[in-house]
Amino acid sequence: MTLELSLNQQPAHTRQGSSIGQPLTRRDGFLKVTGAARYAADNHPSGMLYAVLAVSSIARGRVAALDVEAAKAHKGVVEVMTPRNRPALAADPDAKDHPFMFRLDLLQNEEVRYPNQTIAVVIAETLEAATEGAALLSPRYEALPARVGLDDAESFVPRGVGVGNPAVQHKGDVEAGLKSAKTRIEATYETPAQYHNAMEPHAIVAAWDGDKLSIDTPSQGLAMAQGRISGLFGIAPQNIHIRSPFLGGGFGSKGMISGPQVLGVLAARLVGRPVKLVLRREQMYGPVGHRAPTRQTLRMGMDGEGRLTAIHHHAKTASSTFDDFFEPAADASHTLYASPAITTSHEAVRLDTGTPLFMRAPGEATGSIALESAIDEAAHACGMDPLEFRLRNYAEVEPMTGKPFSSKALRECYSQAAKAFGWASRPLQPRLMRDADGFLTGWGVGTATFPAIMFQAEARAVLKADGSGLMETGAQDMGQGAWTAFAQIAADGLGLDIDQVDFRAGSSDLPNAGIAGGSGHTATAGMAIHNAGAAVIARLADLATGNEASPLFGADNEGVVARGGRLYRRDDENRSESYAEILTRAGLTEIEGHGKGAPDAASQETYAKHAHGAVFAEVKVDPDFGQIRVTRLVGAFAAGRVINPRLVRSQYYGGMIWGVSFALHEEAITDRRSGRIQNANLAEYHVPVNADVPSVEAILIHEDDPYVNALGIKGVGEIGIIGTAGAVANAVWHATGVRPRRFPIRIEDLLG
Amino acid sequence: MRDFSYFRASSLDAARQAAALPGTMLLAGGTTLIDLAKCGVAEPDTLVDITHLKGLDRIDVNERGATIGALAKMGHIADHADIKSRFPAISEALWQAASAQIRNMATIGGNLMQRTRCPYFRGPANFSACNKREPGSGCSAIGGVTRGHAVLGTSEACIAMYPGDLATALVAFDATVHLGERKLLVDDFFLLPGSTPDREHAIEPGEMITSIEIPSSAAAHRSTYLKIRDRQSYEFAAASAAVGIEFEADGRTIRDLRVALGGVATKPWRARAVEEALKGKVLEPETVRAASRLAVEGAVDHGANHYKIELAPRVVARAILKLGETA
Ligand SMILES: Cc1cc2nc3c(=O)[nH]c(=O)nc-3n(C[C@H](O)[C@H](O)[C@H](O)COP(=O)(O)OP(=O)(O)OC[C@H]3O[C@@H](n4cnc5c(N)ncnc54)[C@H](O)[C@@H]3O)c2cc1C
Ligand code: SF4
Repeated sequence: MTLELSLNQQPAHTRQGSSIGQPLTRRDGFLKVTGAARYAADNHPSGMLYAVLAVSSIARGRVAALDVEAAKAHKGVVEVMTPRNRPALAADPDAKDHPFMFRLDLLQNEEVRYPNQTIAVVIAETLEAATEGAALLSPRYEALPARVGLDDAESFVPRGVGVGNPAVQHKGDVEAGLKSAKTRIEATYETPAQYHNAMEPHAIVAAWDGDKLSIDTPSQGLAMAQGRISGLFGIAPQNIHIRSPFLGGGFGSKGMISGPQVLGVLAARLVGRPVKLVLRREQMYGPVGHRAPTRQTLRMGMDGEGRLTAIHHHAKTASSTFDDFFEPAADASHTLYASPAITTSHEAVRLDTGTPLFMRAPGEATGSIALESAIDEAAHACGMDPLEFRLRNYAEVEPMTGKPFSSKALRECYSQAAKAFGWASRPLQPRLMRDADGFLTGWGVGTATFPAIMFQAEARAVLKADGSGLMETGAQDMGQGAWTAFAQIAADGLGLDIDQVDFRAGSSDLPNAGIAGGSGHTATAGMAIHNAGAAVIARLADLATGNEASPLFGADNEGVVARGGRLYRRDDENRSESYAEILTRAGLTEIEGHGKGAPDAASQETYAKHAHGAVFAEVKVDPDFGQIRVTRLVGAFAAGRVINPRLVRSQYYGGMIWGVSFALHEEAITDRRSGRIQNANLAEYHVPVNADVPSVEAILIHEDDPYVNALGIKGVGEIGIIGTAGAVANAVWHATGVRPRRFPIRIEDLLG
Repeated sequence: MRDFSYFRASSLDAARQAAALPGTMLLAGGTTLIDLAKCGVAEPDTLVDITHLKGLDRIDVNERGATIGALAKMGHIADHADIKSRFPAISEALWQAASAQIRNMATIGGNLMQRTRCPYFRGPANFSACNKREPGSGCSAIGGVTRGHAVLGTSEACIAMYPGDLATALVAFDATVHLGERKLLVDDFFLLPGSTPDREHAIEPGEMITSIEIPSSAAAHRSTYLKIRDRQSYEFAAASAAVGIEFEADGRTIRDLRVALGGVATKPWRARAVEEALKGKVLEPETVRAASRLAVEGAVDHGANHYKIELAPRVVARAILKLGETA
């Protein structure tokens, strides 16, 4: 039988459940608040040594000398790993077999390509000894001038942006559209480099046993990490066991195994003992990815009714000098607003930084803050309310491709959020609202879309003679609640109460659950779980309906329903039998089934699949000081089936707060002479504190989508940022009359 | 590891004797010192832990003023009922500083002694030139990232901003710092960088801060601390003002005024020109705004910190006018 079941079909064996949709609290919550949850760096295998990275203080050049003797002479230091003695690898870390194989700095030579690149690893009996050993290396460099800004290097058109989209895309004739327009706007916006800054730094505990490797490390993609390490060390994937039960945040920076993590494995190999390596906060500003800076220019034309006649979205961004990742910022204009002509284009420079990577909503976050600001400028130029303008340009089909949407409840998002926010009483002109304390008050709106992506995943389901179930998939919980949401899907998939299901995840020896990224994990691994459940229930049903002794004998044609640990005859609920009875009679201790989750190629061709949302923001700005406070955020999101409303709301809250961060706080500030980031710590790299987000509301809009997958799941991990950042920027304009063109918006931008 | 010895002082004399030895540093709450040790700025041979000294954490408030022991915690002082009522600016400066966790650890002795946040000063592994760290080595900040640097009291040798909030309020109200037998006005305790930015305080080896004394005054009683920053909390000041005011019997004419600036200068910055310009005047918004501009007389910016020159007078004016409103 086919494992891909659609909601539209009537399969012979179905499950009914009530776990999906329940606002369960996190199943791992107790472990986390009691400190019992074991994160990677909590592991201490016996005989373990500590490795500390020595990192480059220059941005570009080469290491001329290291005082290895001084480091080695330090008490407790066991070994210093440099390009000279680093164990051989089976593959060149600079090789790039496919676009998603990122080049790693694994001490392949003395060259320095960015600040904080590893130049040696010191391994010692204690963390303190290793730390001091690293300081004693006192490197000497031959330094070259650093290239750090978007104007510091020659620009070019990259071959592809993001996950390989064309750098330039056209629909219609933008120049003609602009020419025919009654009103035109053009504006340029800048976004800074940002760093993921997960609370948990990248960490690894690695232990070799001959050719077998055991690893504890946070990973958003266990199978990919396993594959990469397998390639680098020339050992079979099944000889590598990675445990990643909990991540203290990833946001994309733990999607691929990073250079420092592999260096931990190399260090363990060099000394023949288990090794732990944990990055210091400032060491996370370089080798583990970041969001590249952008400079985006938007040109738009509108007809007499405020309809867009053309959108040109151009983005300049940067990658490292040695690898390719180009923030696809302009692509945000592909999906949001209807226009007969759209051009998106990118150019890039190469800078002396670590390679930028996926960072929560890559492209969408950067692109949408510029697009949403420009849309606001366009609305104002047409004398229209920004929400009305957005509705006037509502995309009934995907603007760039003309494909119908698999579902799109964006109108509902706008109307419900606008109502909850009280948008209707907004004055059109800026700088007209003041609160009782004299603060300039402004309201802004932003629209969000994020593609409903699926990867590939597998799961294994087991039903046991004692009536309980087991579901296994190597899913990754970054804190988003995968342990809980997947257990809910598993419970319904197995027709069991959630407490009767043993759900296992977070380990590479389980079926490949795909990557926890692209907001696609719940859909992808969720579908694998769902289908594995279907497969094992089908087997169970065959056992029952084919056995004369069963009350379900002969029900094959009518079908059975699995619910609460029993199978019921669909047309006669009085006839039923428990899983335990069926298996016991069959003399089986357990049966298993396998399932896959994957995008459906046919519907992919036919439909544009996106989650949508609308965010409204209120800001108050001190008229003398330019100090901005976001006082209210209301978002409404339609993202298909909601597995757990509590977890989904948390994702929206977190995303929306990140949007505030994008608009007002986050920025890596670089010393232009040295190329070094000068605020590489959490005291000075600002994210919002609680006092910065007094009121956040997320409304869940009901949406049934029969095309994305049988469960109807889109994704909620990234969409919260999108729209929010623009809404805040637009609210700042509405409060002050000053249009933010550079992010984050600072006091000095509004001092007047 | 880098070995150092740790010594828990059992008496004030023992602490001072130990502190007189080269390479020795006092350890209070550790929120500054441990940080500086981690980034390689502080490399003590010996740490003298003073947190167990008895009686140094007292907060005494009477008619004459407040005496606060060097080991009193920032959080305790901020919450102290008499400090809140008689010295509101002191309480407000403290609770707007750092985070609740840090305020529960940090002492006011350590608070006065906190060092600049200049990233070049704090990055010895990456920037060798810093006159404050290494006299004569140069200043990496000039020509670099300067958004947080000072615009007042700078020299060619150093433009580092003094980041503390409390000391700003203290200089406004003529507080003194007690170094055992010796005492100094807080204003005199902090030194301008001049050509010796490595010397930040008028404290000698073997001396330690034992207490702070704040004299009572009508201006201190009617005072406020206004702190402006991009983030609502847990951020150093972009500009701040400690202001106290006393009116004549008419309730409008300014008899006494105290103004000090934070976040903009190389030391806590008393703005006497503003005080003098407004004393004897009737409190009027225009007069106050004009006088407040005197707060930044002689200010010099280094690019990205230019906005502080615009911002600081506005902060001063708002603080003064706010105190006028509560008349
Ligand atoms: C992230 C962060 C944010 C912060 N934000 C702010 C802020 O917004 N505003 C603000 O004002 N402060 C802020 N601070 C600074 C904080 O207030 C200080 O770190 C704290 O007050 C230091 O006190 P402590 O007792 O921990 O000092 P310690 O770290 O123990 O000592 C600091 C220094 O003082 C010396 N010392 C300690 N006690 C004495 C004494 N009695 N006599 C002589 N010398 C002594 C020590 O030798 C050391 O050199 C912040 C700090 C951090 C880490
Ligand atoms: S400003 Fe002062 S502290 Fe900063 S680098 Fe220059 S000399 Fe050092």
